[in-house]
This record gives sequence, structure tokens and C-alpha cells, in this order.
Amino acid sequence: MENLIALLVAAPLLGAAVLLCGGRRLDRIGHWLGTVLAAGSFLIGAVLFVDMIGKGADDRALHQKLFSWVPVESFQADIAFQLDQLSMTFVLLITGVGTLIHVYSIGYMEHDERRRRFFGYLNLFLAAMLLLVLADNYLLLYFGWEGVGLASYLLIGFWQHKPSAATAAKKAFLVNRVGDIGLSIAIMLMFTTFGTFAFGPVLEATGDTGEGKLTAIGLMLLLAACGKSAQVPLQSWLGDAMEGPTPVSALIHAATMVTAGVYLIVRSGAIFDAAPTAQLVVTVVGAVTLLFGAIVGCAKDDIKKALAGSTMSQIGYMILAAGLGPIGYAFAIMHLVTHGFFKAGLFLGAGSVMHGMNDEVDMRKYGGLRKYMPVTFITFGLGYLALIGFPGLSGFFSKDKIIEAAFAAGGTQGWILGAATLLGAGLTAFYMTRVMLMTFFGEKRWQPDADGNEPHPHESPSSMTIPMIVLAFGSVFAGGFFGIGDRFVNWLEPVTKFEHPHPPISIPVITGATIAVLLLGVAAAYLQYGRKPIPVVAPRGSLLTRAARRDLLQDDFNHVVLVRGGEHLTRSLVYLDHKGVDGVVNGTAAAVGGLSGRLRKLQNGYARSYAVSMFGGTAILIAATLLMRAV
Amino acid sequence: MSTVSVHSLWTTLAADTPPGGGLKFQAPTIEYAQLSPILIIVGAAVLAVLVEAFVPRKGRYYAQLFLSVVAIAAAFAAIVGLAASGFGTTKAHIAAMGAIAVDGPALFLQGTILLASLVAVFTFAERKLDPEAHGNRVDSFAADAAAVPGSDAEKAAVKAGFTTTEVFPLALFAIAGLLAFPAANDLLTLFIALEVFSLPLYLLCAVARRKRLMSQEAAVKYFLLGAFSSAFLLFGIALIYGYAGSVSYAKIADVVDGTTQQISPALAGTMGNDALLLIGMALILMGLLFKVGAVPFHMWTPDVYQGAPTPVTGFMAAATKVAAFGALLRLLYVVLPGLTWDWRPVMWGVAIVTMLGGAIVAITQTDIKRLLAYSSIAHGGFILAGVIAATPDGISSVLFYLLAYSFVTIGAFAVVTLVRDAGGEATHLSKWAGLGRRSPLVAAVFAVFLLAFAGIPLTSGFAGKFAVFKAAAEGGAGVLVVVGVLSSAVAAFFYIRVIVLMFFSEPKADGPTVAVPSVLTTTAIGVGVAVTLVLGVAPQYFLDLANQAGIFVR
Repeated sequence: MENLIALLVAAPLLGAAVLLCGGRRLDRIGHWLGTVLAAGSFLIGAVLFVDMIGKGADDRALHQKLFSWVPVESFQADIAFQLDQLSMTFVLLITGVGTLIHVYSIGYMEHDERRRRFFGYLNLFLAAMLLLVLADNYLLLYFGWEGVGLASYLLIGFWQHKPSAATAAKKAFLVNRVGDIGLSIAIMLMFTTFGTFAFGPVLEATGDTGEGKLTAIGLMLLLAACGKSAQVPLQSWLGDAMEGPTPVSALIHAATMVTAGVYLIVRSGAIFDAAPTAQLVVTVVGAVTLLFGAIVGCAKDDIKKALAGSTMSQIGYMILAAGLGPIGYAFAIMHLVTHGFFKAGLFLGAGSVMHGMNDEVDMRKYGGLRKYMPVTFITFGLGYLALIGFPGLSGFFSKDKIIEAAFAAGGTQGWILGAATLLGAGLTAFYMTRVMLMTFFGEKRWQPDADGNEPHPHESPSSMTIPMIVLAFGSVFAGGFFGIGDRFVNWLEPVTKFEHPHPPISIPVITGATIAVLLLGVAAAYLQYGRKPIPVVAPRGSLLTRAARRDLLQDDFNHVVLVRGGEHLTRSLVYLDHKGVDGVVNGTAAAVGGLSGRLRKLQNGYARSYAVSMFGGTAILIAATLLMRAV
Repeated sequence: MSTVSVHSLWTTLAADTPPGGGLKFQAPTIEYAQLSPILIIVGAAVLAVLVEAFVPRKGRYYAQLFLSVVAIAAAFAAIVGLAASGFGTTKAHIAAMGAIAVDGPALFLQGTILLASLVAVFTFAERKLDPEAHGNRVDSFAADAAAVPGSDAEKAAVKAGFTTTEVFPLALFAIAGLLAFPAANDLLTLFIALEVFSLPLYLLCAVARRKRLMSQEAAVKYFLLGAFSSAFLLFGIALIYGYAGSVSYAKIADVVDGTTQQISPALAGTMGNDALLLIGMALILMGLLFKVGAVPFHMWTPDVYQGAPTPVTGFMAAATKVAAFGALLRLLYVVLPGLTWDWRPVMWGVAIVTMLGGAIVAITQTDIKRLLAYSSIAHGGFILAGVIAATPDGISSVLFYLLAYSFVTIGAFAVVTLVRDAGGEATHLSKWAGLGRRSPLVAAVFAVFLLAFAGIPLTSGFAGKFAVFKAAAEGGAGVLVVVGVLSSAVAAFFYIRVIVLMFFSEPKADGPTVAVPSVLTTTAIGVGVAVTLVLGVAPQYFLDLANQAGIFVR
């Protein structure tokens, strides 16, 4: 059975190779090929899953070693896979949602002449992401990590003819690079500390290692997670990444790739458990990001950017939970999975809206779309309810658990984290209700564009609606299925360990408070956006609104601190290089050349001069020899 | 004779004289088989003189070429035979009454000299490069070397289609001397071998077909300066004899070590006088350093390399260097190991100025032959670094370097003979611009040689340079390695500059043409490239060979 694991990766990899190298001949069947291979990977995953649940909880993990990748003395890197419950969860999420989004893209990208290439990139992404979650050592994980980064770059910049898309791709790549350096340093530290970077030995050895080193490794892993999962301070790329085609936003920048940071932290749980300082930083990053993303989400008029803020915020929840240790790991992953369903569904809904609205993304130019796109409205609405944590739907089960765990962190820290998560829940309700109201309710606000084309909103084709319906089912039922009876927690427990959280206030009180905050957020949004007409041109807004529209000045901050500082640094380095280094180099060259020209004159062609030189040389030789003896 | 008053150069004999007894001569024993490589070449050289005398002019060229090639091949076969029967290692031996050593380094160097000579003889015999003169194919050598340049006699000789086939016997005599030089095991043999190879080389330098005045000037300079240095060498030998009472390497070494004293009562006044030893040593070293072209005894090199016929330059640059470094190694490792602390600092200085001087002055050269001459000076410095290591690794690295270097050098000079314009070889660098566009193959081959000179990996130059620098560093000469690497960097500049010139400059309208050589030069160049690449890609076999051959017999 373990021999199937490599096939999980191989199927989409084959697809990527064929589609990207196959040329135009494959234009007509390329998208089907890509979809079939993604589905094939999902089926293999399903077979492995069925096999896995047939076994006892403790011997479910499978290993497959393909070959030795870099065998150099004690540096042993293998291409080897590990499929345990955690990896299995990701495999099903990645291949399942991935397949749905492949299907959706068939319709969404129908008029794009580079559709074959798009599917090639999607398959490449699937292969890299599966490699990331299946690797049995950090180096191979790093390979997959870079692979998803590459795929993300290629897909954000897929419409590279738009300068904004090209810039966004570059930005995502650069910001991710900062995080990737963190991961590579973490792996180096692991190798010097433990002599290996395979999961098993590293995670078992944490007990015997100094806390300082573990903290360093943990912080570096967190840096990596911040880059990939768009957490503060490396959050700035995610909003711009919405320049990519909407299926990409759904798959990569909502459901799967951006959650890789959560996977990394949960997978490395043993390291963080032994490094409380690193854990604390993780929770702080999570708390800050969840509020940051939520505030940004409240102010955006671009539907995809509002959803991107929400994604950032929800991943903040997951990171926070992962930072809580064994009381939070399972909930982080559970929220990750449910979020994968409803956020992917919301993005696909947004894509469907854009599809019907001539690719308009400004929600101020929507309004009243529920009549034109009923399926999109219902599926988006269910996703919305799931996300805000409406009781009974997916988000309710998973987010509520994180809020409880946050309170259970203990002491002041617990209260602060709990309060942040509660506040975040309220903000989530606010901004999502805002999106819902501005898009589907109220009066129609769209107008003919500059060319006089008036959008004719219409429901999308079934290839797009079916994935949305499937995801809506997940949004509604997944949480209950996982949450009731701790089914999901028990499933993951052998890998991530689990301790029941014991919050200082009783759980019903927390649940009640969550629901209250939720209703408050919905009500505030309704008062603001449901009762009065929405201006087509955004009002100036308060200082906070204006800051939030500018992503809380993240780019201004980066520009002032990093870009300008970097420019000054490079300018002074260039100056140093020109005047200093080049000066020395050119000066040396000139000096040698001048010396050469002068020495050359000694060679005057007269045998007598040569003889004198020989004579003098001999005299020096003799003198030096005698001198050496004398000394 | 009650007291020994006979003072002859054959002091060894005198020392054996029983006290009170008469002079008793022993018949010298000569191991002909062990000396066969040298004897074959000498015999062939004598035969070649007879060929000059008795074979009709038309047939001489072929007879001489055949004789030279067969003799060199036979001598090489003899070397291989000696090595195979263990003379390189276990049966290493001093033949001919202590005059000639037959050991690993000697056989390795002699083999290298013979291979290089064979290739060089091919380039000597090349007759397709120059346009035919009056219907006769001509080589690189003057029609009548004795005729005054520009005279009627010269014109007549050219018209008659004469060629100087004497170059073949001259080369054979030179090869014989070169073979004896690194094997010489006493100072007199050393000196005689030196003269035996030097005199024919002086003559060979003078017989260029084109630019005859320059060629003759080069020969005269070489002769004058060579004689000058020989005088120093001879004086040094006399002083050492005064110190040790013997010219035999083994006996001098014994005196230096203090194991033997008072060989000859006649020399009681001078023996053991360290001033004699040190000055003598310096003078002998100077004689050898002159031959390897070390700074400041290098000044003949550019002028002679430039003026000599290019095939001769290649031969001289390769084979002389091999032989002279061989002799230097033997002298330092067999005779003077007890003086390591005296000669090492001095040789350090020589190596440093040689590396730097060669590399730096080469930068401003505009003539390809002069450029290669300075390059050979710099390489002499690199080899000196290995010599100074004073370790077994030092010996084997030098042996390997010499093998690698000689083929690159002959190949490079062979390429120089191909690039020609109306005045013969176009040696000015400006004429080489854009050669890569016109003759990509020739330019590429030359680029390979230049990269090998520069010591770029995957060429023999890198393997050799790495070996000598490694030996020098392990022998405690880290400073030399630093200077060596710096000079290599300087040297890389002018090698790469030629490559840039050939491949990235526009060809000139009146640029040179590349002559299509016969199979002879093609073979020479082909062998050069092949050896360069084989030694660069898979040097280990040859390094092992040099390692096995790295022990001097005493």
C-alpha cells in the first residue's frame, strides 16, 4: 500500500510535465488531462485513506523510501515519504479541493488561450504541495516548499501582460524568499544540532537539546511560516496575489498553500513544545495577524481583497492555535480543513460573480445580484455563514474550539488571546456581512464601462457551479462531522498529541459570548450597509478606514523601512564598489601594467646588459647564500 | 712516489691509490644496456652526419626524418624497457663509474624529453606551411644557413631548393645532451652534457628561413650568454671540487654531511671550507637557473624564443626546461640535501621574482612568441616552487608538471607556425584578432593551450599547478603558494586576453591566413591537445607514475 504514496505526487507531476512540455497539440485536451490526473491523485488518496482507517490508530503511518537523494557521509537526504494522519488530512484536502478547482477552472478559463499552461501550473502546484506534506524530512519538505512558491509565482503572474500581475508575482516571490531563508536556516540549525533533518529523529531528540537552540529553530520555522502563510510581518504579498486568476486565489491563496505554515508548525510541534518562548511568539503573531487581516478585510471594496484579508485573519487563528501547543494543534488543523472548504467556496463564488460582471471586482459596482445568480448566492451565502461561525455550520465548530483553547492558554496571556479571538470573530461577522450585503443585496449599482458595455449578470456554467455546490456541502457539514464527538481530534491525536483545554470560564459562556459578538458584528454591518444605499464612489472614511484601505500602511511601512533603507544600502555599496573595490582592482591592474611597462624596458636587446644582469644576479645569489649561513 | 702528488681531475682514482704503491689503473666498467637510450641517440646523430655527407641532397630530408624518428622511438623503447625491468625503482643504479644515474627521475624525464623531441621533430620536418619556393617545398629553416642574408649565395641556394637538413643531426646531438643532463651524477658529466645540448641549440637558433638577421642575432646572444653562464657553472664546479675533493655527487654529499673527510691530502688546505661550498653551490645553481630561464638569468629567453625558428623554440622551451629542471632536482636532492637550509631561502627569492617577473612583464608583450617566452619564465617559477618543497611529493609534482608543460608548449608553438601572412609567421598579437571567426578550430586549439597555461581545471595545467602548489604548501612554503596563485591570476589576464582577441574581436581585413599543415604538424598539435586534456581530466595515472619515479638514487 505504501508504494501508492509516490503515485500521489507522480500523477500531477506527470500532468505538469506533459502539459508544459507538450506544446500546442495538447491545447484541446490539456485541461481534461490536468483534471483527470488531479482526480486520479484524489482517488489514490481516497484508497490510502480507506486503507488507513482500517488499521489501528497507532500503526496507521506509512513510509516509502524512493531513493537516496544526497548521501554524503552523515548528510543523508532521502527522497522518502511519510503518510500519517496529519499528512492524510492534507492529501485529501489538497487533492479534493484541487480537483474541484480544476473542474471549475475548465469553465472559468475557457476563453483564455493559455488554458493548457494554466492547468500545467495547477498540476505543478499540486505535485509540489503534496511533496511538501508527504516529505519525511525537512529538506524534502523544503523542496516542496520552494515548489509551491514557484507555482504560486507563476500563477499570480499568469496574466503577465498586466503590469500589476507581474509586480504582484514578483512581490509574492520576494516576500516569500525572506521566509524561505528562515526555513533553510532552520534546517541548517537542525543539522548542526541533531545531525539529521528527518522528522523522526529530530522530533524525538528535542527532549535532550538546549532550549536556546530549539527556540532559535522554532523562530526560524515561524519566519518561514510567516512568509508562506502571509502572517505579520510578512503579510504584504497576499492582497496583491489576488491579481492571479480566481481559481488560483481559491486553491493556493485560500485553501492550501497559505496553510503550509500551519502545517510546518504543527508538524514541528515537538520543537515548539520544548521552546515556550518560540511558542509565545507564534501565538502573538497569530493574534496580531488575525486582527490585522480582519481590519483590512473591513475596509476593502475589492471583493477578492476583502476575502484575502479574511484568509489572512483565519490563518492567524490557525497559527495562534498551533502556538498553544497540544491543546491547539488539532483545532488548528480542523479549522484549516473547514476553512479550506468555505474559503475556497467563497472565492469560487467571487469568481463566479466576476465571471458574470465582466471581471469587475469592485463591490460598490455590484448590488442585488442574488436575483441574477441564485446558485452563486446560495453557495456563497452558506460559505459566509460557515465563515462567520453561524451555529451548526463548519466554522462554528472549528473556530469556537480555537477561542476556547485561547482562553485556556492560562493567565493574562489566556485572557488577551481569548479577547483577541473574540474580537476577531466579531470583525469577521462584520466584514463578511458587508461583503454579502454589498454584493447580493441592495440596488444594482453597475453601469456601462468606458466602452459602453453594460454587464449582464448571469449564472455561471455548471462546470463552475458544481464545485461551488460541493464545497458548500463541505462548508455546512464538515465542522459538525469533525467536531461532534471529537472525531477529528481523535483522528489526529496519535500524531499531534492532544490535551483537553480547560478555559477559566465555562465553555457554554464562551460559546454564548462568541454568538453574541457574532450577532453584534452582523448587526453593525447591517446598520452600515443594509439600511442605506451604498455610494458607488467610496466615501473618504475615518482615519482607520483609510489606513485599512491601504492595508494598514503595510506597504508604506515596508517602503520607508525596507525599500528606502535597502536603496540607501545598495547605493552606498555601489559607491563603495565603484570607488573602493573597483578602485583597488583597477589601481592594482594599472600598477601591474605600469610595472610591466617599466620592467619591460630592462629588456633592451643588448647582450651586454643581459650579461650584467646575470652577473648582478649571481652576485646577489652568492651574497644571499653567504648571508643565510652567517645569520 | 712516496706521497701522492698527482693531482688530476680523476681524483677518485688518485684516492684509490694504495699508499706507497704505484698508480693502478682500473678499466672502467660501462653498462651499455643501461646507457642505451643515450647511446642510441648519439649513434643516430653520428649516422646523421654521415647521411649529410654521403646521401644525395634530394634524399636527405627523408633519410634524416626517418633516422631521427626511428632513433627517438628506439631510445624511448629502451627507456620503457629499463623502467619495465625495474631500473626506475628497485634496481636504480649509478652506471658508468658513477657518471650517469639510472633511476626513476632520470628515466621519467628522459622519457618525457624523448616524447617531446619526437613531436618537435615532426614540427621540424613540416614542409607545407611556407609557399613553395621555385617549385620546391620548404621547411622553417634557411636554404643555406652559412650564406649572408640577402646575398647572391642565399638567392642561389633558395633557387636550387636547398634546405638545412643539418637540423636533424643537430637536434639529435642536442637530445643526447638533454638525456644525459638530468641523469648526470657528477659535476663534470653535468657540464659536458650541458655543452653537448647547448652548442647544437645555439646553431639551431640561427637557421631560420625568414627573418634571418633576427634569428642570427638570437643565436649570437644565446651563445654569448650561454658561454657566460657556463663559465660561472664551471667555476662553481672547481670551487666545489676544492671543497670536497671530488666531483662525484655521492662523495660531495658525504663531505657535506660530514661522513667523509680528507679524501685527498693534496687539498687539505681547502677541503671543508664552507665558503668554497656555498659560493660554488651558488655558481652552479646560477648555471642551471640560466638554462631554466629563472629571473634574473632569464633575459636571453624572450629574444631567443622570438628569433629562433618557431619549431626550434618549441623544442627548446619544452625539452631544455625538462632537462634543466631534472638536473637541478638531482643536484638539490642528491648533492645538497644537507644544505637545504642554505639554498632554500635563496631559491625562495628566485622563485618569487621569477613567478612575478614572468607574469608581470608578459602583460605588455605584443608578440605572441615573446608572450609565450615570458609565460615560460613564469612557469619556470611555478616549477621552482615545487622544487623547493624538498619533499618526495615535490619531486613527483615537478616531474608531472614538466610532462604536462612540455606538450602544451610544443603544441602552442606549433599553432604559432600556422598563422602566417606574406612575411612568414604573423606573430604580432594584433594580427591574431578575430582568428576565431576565420579558423575556429585552430583558435579553439590554441585556446585550449592557453587555458592549460593559465591552469584552468580540466586541463593538464591545472593538475600540474595544483600538484606543485600542494607540494610547496606541504613543504612549508606557503608564501610561495600565495605568490604563485597571485602570479597565476596576473598570468591568466594575458592568456585570456589572447582568447578574447581571437574570439571577440573583429578580424582585420589584411589579417593573416591559417596555413593547412601536413600530417606532421597536425600530429604534433593533436598529441599536444590530447595530452593536455587527458592529463587534465584523468591525471591520477600519471601522478602515480611520477610518484613511483620520484626517488633519486645515491
